[in-house]
Amino acid sequence: MLLEVKNLSVLFRTEVGPLEALRSLDFALEEGETLGIVGESGSGKSVTNLALMGLLPANALVKADQVRFAGQNLDLNSQEQLRKLRGSQIGMIFQDPMTALNPSLRIGYQMIETLQRHLPLTKAEAHKKAVGLLERVGIPEAEKRMKSYAFELSGGMSQRVMIAMAISCKPKLLIADEPTTALDVTIQKQILDLLVELQKENKMSMMLVSHDLALVKKYSQRVQVMYAGEIAESGETQNLIQHPHHPYTFGLLKARPSAHEGMAKGDLYAIPGVVPSLRERPQGCQFHPRCFRATELCKTQAPPVKTSSTRFRCHRPLEAP
Amino acid sequence: MSSLLKVKDLEKSYVTKSLSGSRQEHRVLKKISFEVAENQILGVVGESGCGKSTLAKVLTRLEDFSAGEIHFAGKDLNSFSRKEFPHQIQMVFQDPYQSLNPRKKAWEIIADPLFVSEGLSRREGHERALAMMEKVGLRPETSERYPHQFSGGQRQRLGIARALMLRPKLLILDEPVSALDVSIQAQVLNLLLSLQREFQLSMIFISHDLSVVKHISDRTLVLYFGEIVEMGPSQELFTSPRHEYTQRLLDSAP
Repeated sequence: MLLEVKNLSVLFRTEVGPLEALRSLDFALEEGETLGIVGESGSGKSVTNLALMGLLPANALVKADQVRFAGQNLDLNSQEQLRKLRGSQIGMIFQDPMTALNPSLRIGYQMIETLQRHLPLTKAEAHKKAVGLLERVGIPEAEKRMKSYAFELSGGMSQRVMIAMAISCKPKLLIADEPTTALDVTIQKQILDLLVELQKENKMSMMLVSHDLALVKKYSQRVQVMYAGEIAESGETQNLIQHPHHPYTFGLLKARPSAHEGMAKGDLYAIPGVVPSLRERPQGCQFHPRCFRATELCKTQAPPVKTSSTRFRCHRPLEAP
Repeated sequence: MSSLLKVKDLEKSYVTKSLSGSRQEHRVLKKISFEVAENQILGVVGESGCGKSTLAKVLTRLEDFSAGEIHFAGKDLNSFSRKEFPHQIQMVFQDPYQSLNPRKKAWEIIADPLFVSEGLSRREGHERALAMMEKVGLRPETSERYPHQFSGGQRQRLGIARALMLRPKLLILDEPVSALDVSIQAQVLNLLLSLQREFQLSMIFISHDLSVVKHISDRTLVLYFGEIVEMGPSQELFTSPRHEYTQRLLDSAP
């Protein structure tokens, strides 16, 4: 087990009172495994990652019963401890590579800076290693590109640079937060295939965050579906896709048309309503106002976690097909 | 079916000048020909830089074209007066956050086209806006709100309501659901299909998302560096693509 998180909660202190962004999350990640994290805007995907990286703003209150990473206990409130892990043991790539790179510094400078911060290398050694990394992620004329600025690169190329930086210290865990959302489909495939290759090479674990379940199911061994700061359902990808128990997972799967399967012209299955605002959380099950199976019980009582072929939080799960 | 829009050998070039004064011509659309029939939805797919959005701009007369012919409802596109044109073609934009005036109330945004091109009174405009809000699934009680008080999906509904206000014959949608969450995407796609039936609309649906285009469009056109590489009934094109680029796009889709 590389990462084990028990009962993680995040509260934001705001002028209108505390807002509960994450509610008692339990999850774990094996070595070399890819965990897909799926959810809509505001479901808590990014807050989860930022909490693990210690990058939440100062008004955030992070609590957890236990967080273990690579055999050691982690204190998510210890900036000092997390700073040492960030960039060296935990790498991260973001949605928008154009804004994640510093626009006023050359690519080479930024890469060397990262390398020298975590590894005992001279500048010349770091330079050589940086060129090697750029070549590894498929950037042509790597030596020349070291002198480029971010705006001189396309979106796909910038994301490759981000990946090169993220893996430069051989992290044990790579967090990829919507890594291809801003990219075209053909580039998306190239980037994800590259990540999988690098993952095998470095025996890295990966958390792949996306709003697109179709993408996640192709690239991850396990999936967890988040809703309103809770894990609605989690399990092995195949089990979860073939037999979703939670009506929300079911809805997400049905709402997306497929580019490959046969055409069924007509209305798509749409989940009514929107994700609740943290300020107006419903009573009982968080999903009940949008759920087609909700009963009186769902309106008043938060559902317990149940286990079958997947783990889910639902009073009235869908039966096996 | 008779054809509503006829595009023949359409060309669009931009000329850039470098600091040293040398001129360079960029051909963004190259000899494009296609038709859109009445009540038909044409999907346009392609990657960044293929000319999708330029095509939308040319068809809505936001940009002039360089060569070729565009006929709409049997007339030259440029022969419509500035008063007539908004009743023919309207556009829905990708980003519902940037395409709505933040200082106007919802009903004012929707009624604006009426004030501009039909000179209606505020009261009449208000009434018609409320009726349209209901058609696109927005509660009329929310008509006094400002754009920032709506969610992404609701804002896109506002954009659609505004575009339909003058009862255009053709709606051009440039990545209308790309900024929305999956569950909201489905809501908006369903809305578009039902409005298309109700208003007898033709649509050009531009998107990089193949699965969405496949679902919504009758015919699909694939653009690659400003050229149409493949065009045909969506069912056929997605199940047995002929062009290597279409094949590659499909293989890349998750």
